[in-house]
Amino acid sequence: MSLTTDPVSGPYQYLKAQSRWRVLEVAFWLCTLLPYFLFPNYLVLASQIAITALFALSLDLILGYAGIVSLGHAAFFGLGAYAAGILSKHGWGEPITGLIVGGVIAALVGYASSFIISRFRHLTLIMITLGLGLLLHEAANSAHFLTGGADGLQGVKIWKIFGLYGFDLWGYTAYTYSLIVLFLGFLLARRITNSPFGLALRGIRENAVRMPAIGAPSHAHIRKIYTISAAMAGVAGALLAQTTETVALEVLSFQRSADTLVMLVLGGAGMLYGGIVGSAIFMIARDQFSGINPQYWYFWIGLLLIVVVMVLPNGVLGGLKKLFTTWRGPS
Amino acid sequence: MRKLFVSLGSLAAAALVAAPASAQQPIKIGLIMPYSGQFADAATQMDNAIKLYVKQKGDTVAGRKVEFIRKDTGGIAPDVAKRLAQELIVRDNVDLLAGFVLTPNALAAGDVSEQAKKFMVVMNAATSIITTKSQYMVRTSLTTPQVNESLGTWAATKGGVKKVYTMVSDFGPGLDAEGAFQRGFKEAGGEVIGQVKMPVANPDFSAFVQRAKDLNPESIYIWVPGGAQPPALGKALAERGIDPKKTRVMGQGEVTDDAALKSMGDVALGIITAFHYDPNHNSAMNKDFVKSYNEAYGRNPDFFSIGGWDGMHVIYEALKKTSGKTDGQTLVDAAKGMKWESPRGPISIDPQTRDIVQNVYIRRVEKVDGKIVNVEFDKVENVKDPVKARMK
Repeated sequence: MSLTTDPVSGPYQYLKAQSRWRVLEVAFWLCTLLPYFLFPNYLVLASQIAITALFALSLDLILGYAGIVSLGHAAFFGLGAYAAGILSKHGWGEPITGLIVGGVIAALVGYASSFIISRFRHLTLIMITLGLGLLLHEAANSAHFLTGGADGLQGVKIWKIFGLYGFDLWGYTAYTYSLIVLFLGFLLARRITNSPFGLALRGIRENAVRMPAIGAPSHAHIRKIYTISAAMAGVAGALLAQTTETVALEVLSFQRSADTLVMLVLGGAGMLYGGIVGSAIFMIARDQFSGINPQYWYFWIGLLLIVVVMVLPNGVLGGLKKLFTTWRGPS
Repeated sequence: MRKLFVSLGSLAAAALVAAPASAQQPIKIGLIMPYSGQFADAATQMDNAIKLYVKQKGDTVAGRKVEFIRKDTGGIAPDVAKRLAQELIVRDNVDLLAGFVLTPNALAAGDVSEQAKKFMVVMNAATSIITTKSQYMVRTSLTTPQVNESLGTWAATKGGVKKVYTMVSDFGPGLDAEGAFQRGFKEAGGEVIGQVKMPVANPDFSAFVQRAKDLNPESIYIWVPGGAQPPALGKALAERGIDPKKTRVMGQGEVTDDAALKSMGDVALGIITAFHYDPNHNSAMNKDFVKSYNEAYGRNPDFFSIGGWDGMHVIYEALKKTSGKTDGQTLVDAAKGMKWESPRGPISIDPQTRDIVQNVYIRRVEKVDGKIVNVEFDKVENVKDPVKARMK
């Protein structure tokens, strides 16, 4: 086409090449089906990994791509969880609409707070997101009539998906449901990051002041991606509320924000798959270590983190990528 | 990562070796507790009592060996507790679930017990409604209203107090305790002249205590979570010149547990609390229990321990009754109405609500042989959970 002679063809072709599906990616998603055959007793854990992965993916969108460091992202996760939980408590337990409501409410709050977020960077941002998270946590604690306070929300009953698939003890439905939502969320994130908008975000991450000078409004872009990320986190929270049929204050906790950040760093930020791989490693390790020694398993997690950060500064995926390129030789 | 594979491998190997070992299948008990994090000490105390029980009574019951699988929730995490309960049942094939220090976790696992029809023993979590979650569940600890409503009624009648000012931590358990105390107190003719809710994460009580002092109440009721807060509150009371001997200070047992009394010192003298267990409870059985507990673990048992101890008792006795049959219905039927003498005194499982029926002891902090301890001087006998009693 005539586009090839266009001066913009460079970046367009770059994006097009980026968005092509690679063999490894297809293999990765096929691997997510393995638990059905290899570990049918671990499906409940697998479903919670998928949910955490979706949450980590939403954090990756703002942290890995736009460079917004957040220690309060659980606020949106919790909002989604409470929205879906409260909706079902008051008689509407349909899962799909519950997810949408959870996402929309988180997005609204995300949009409102994005006006503050887009004005700050770095340390200030950490403090602000941390503060917002704590505020929401305390608000949910005080709103006992709505959230059940410290006891958690009681009476969450989720209907069967499409009226056909109920949530079973083995976690077949929970895993299938979570995996499908994770995949859809991933497709969305992939599309966003491989678009000119995604490229602009990376520019903002590298130099937020310079981007407006070349025609990309930093503040507006940050507001957009922050809202999208909040919605995705809300959907993840709603998923957790629905598959476990419980919501407790813990969904809003600082611990959850921090753990997810750790998973992202572990897997590799800014690579889409980083959050998914990181949350799988973190949660499987936690499950195994705490099974071996319920008291002191945090020691092994700590050791694992130190080793990963020291040996693989760009996370597990970053390390693999490096290994892969050295093996193939410099291109 | 390598470590993980190694451990996975050894696990698999262990499973292979263990499989053909016994013809008679062992009874597997899944323990779900916060073994790590800020509630780890509670889990340790409870687990100690469980281990002590097995050590004393043997690890075989009704001809079958008893095995434990311990799982850590890391704190308040109902989603984790629910997943662990599911996994214990579908993956590890446990016969029953036990433990549960924290209310949200017990509520979430209750759903699984109901769905899978598995016997479940709650050994601590104290919110009233927990036992309504599953018809296969019993509780061997206490309920918050059981203790606090009893204290309220006692204060307004035998205690001879007519007016009270209440100070509680502003979160679920504190609010429950406040509601139960005020209810018991008002129904017995007392008057609440004021109340304040204090932030949970605020160990500086001077402003709140000053406000109470300005009203010059006849008595003060306090509820704060155990740990660092009771001593801080005790110090604030002393600093502002509220003397428990003149203004009656009342609360639930955690306020004056061993650790709190140690750091409060003489400030605590005269505080009146209601509780179901104290290591100083005067009975031969309790003295034995405390002695062997101290020998094994070098510290006193507390209310977490007694919940675990009696929980094990229910499990063992129910299994004896069913001759080792472990389906949820048979076990819960065997546990209903069970009556026994515990180190804390006579207790039973209410056949209707499957909740614990026990004496609530009224204690005063006194100095005995130079040691500051809780001395029981009155009791309310055979208290059922008042909330569920009203539900019917």
